[in-house]
Amino acid sequence: MTSPEAPYGRGAFGNPRAVAGLAARIDEAARSLGRPATFMEVCGTHTNAIAAAGLRRLLPRSIRLIAGPGCPVCVTPVGYVDRAEALARRPGIIVCTFGDMLRVPSSTGSLERVRAEGGDVRVVYSPRDAVDMARQNPSRRVVFLGVGFETTVPTVAAALDEAEATAVSNFLILSGHKVMPPPLRALASDPEVAVDGLLCPGHVSVITGWRAFAFLPEDYGLAAVVVGFTPTDVMRGVLDLVRQMAEGRPEVVNLYSRVVTADGNTRAKALVERYFTPEDQIWRGFGAIPASGLGLRPEFAHRDASLIEVDVCDPVEPEGCRCGEVLKGSINPPECPLFGRECTHESPVGACMVSSEGTCAAWYRHERFSQGGAP
Amino acid sequence: MCLAVPMRLIKRDGDAGILDLDGVQREVSLALLPDAQVGEYLLVHAGYAIGTLDEEEAKITLQLLKEVADHSEARHDFS
Repeated sequence: MTSPEAPYGRGAFGNPRAVAGLAARIDEAARSLGRPATFMEVCGTHTNAIAAAGLRRLLPRSIRLIAGPGCPVCVTPVGYVDRAEALARRPGIIVCTFGDMLRVPSSTGSLERVRAEGGDVRVVYSPRDAVDMARQNPSRRVVFLGVGFETTVPTVAAALDEAEATAVSNFLILSGHKVMPPPLRALASDPEVAVDGLLCPGHVSVITGWRAFAFLPEDYGLAAVVVGFTPTDVMRGVLDLVRQMAEGRPEVVNLYSRVVTADGNTRAKALVERYFTPEDQIWRGFGAIPASGLGLRPEFAHRDASLIEVDVCDPVEPEGCRCGEVLKGSINPPECPLFGRECTHESPVGACMVSSEGTCAAWYRHERFSQGGAP
Repeated sequence: MCLAVPMRLIKRDGDAGILDLDGVQREVSLALLPDAQVGEYLLVHAGYAIGTLDEEEAKITLQLLKEVADHSEARHDFS
């Protein structure tokens, strides 16, 4: 199912000749394809790489690149942040989180604001740091905000494993973990989105293996490539997607074979399986998607912070924010009336502008003057 | 958030690995990659090694991260 790697140069950011050569090849291939094509990337790091290198401007008009739900912070629903805030306000609880979550808007503010008001919110680099914090604070419960995709969930499972093995009983998880295949199935079945192929997420694939995306060609007839993060990698991926369409033989092609294997990291997958089980999850922009999340197994209920009772109101999305449509790829950020006006990197309104990996943040940083974006 | 950084494993003691990036060393858990060998480049995410990669891929990725960082700093200086 995989093709051998094409003989293009593999320079990093600074290999303009290889990128220009690929752009010419894509142009030629797109012309002989004779119809427009839309490709979606579903990894925030790809979104940023594409925007930073200005790749959209190198592609022919008939090839459209759109971003999908590839930023875990962005797809985390307001209700999750509301619950995290309510926990952080409880005196007996320390909330630990990756830094990206701090400024994500809740119904009434953000975790950053709760911290300023005296709530105990601490930024950690690793879930292990939260286990250490639990050890150092035996009289309080430490709740780690489990936000992330397949790449991140094994690190949380490993931290749980450490807490279980060393009897750190006050380490808990508020699981908002998500997995990529269910929303991709939702997108593939959505006639409004009309995607022809996908650039699959590179580091998710390190864990899942590329075979996890075989359903795209097999069930939906979509072209798929797993690619790395250099502009050359992305352009090679686009060229291969056009080739697959032209040949009418969609498949998963692994162009990141130095890092990604067919089956991924089996140890990591087994550890996730031990602690987590599929559950329905709400995705911003999509609503509830069956079995798209990973909740703690019932036998680890003592680690489950979602069982702690707190008072939360019905979640309220920021007024006028169109993050949901951006995350489905149905609009580009400049089509949101707030983009670049009320919603900027300095003063974000929606989650897609807050997170460094968000689509709006990437467009705001790199493309707002080149694609008809707001001033 | 799924960003992962290549680092070289220079020492291990059970699941505790010492990894090096440009002379900066830090402790990383090998719990998700128990077969990692000293000398290998590993992909590190949130304090855990999650995969291996060859030296060429590691250098390409590190160069990319450095250029992105330089680019961001340069933009910051002039903004």
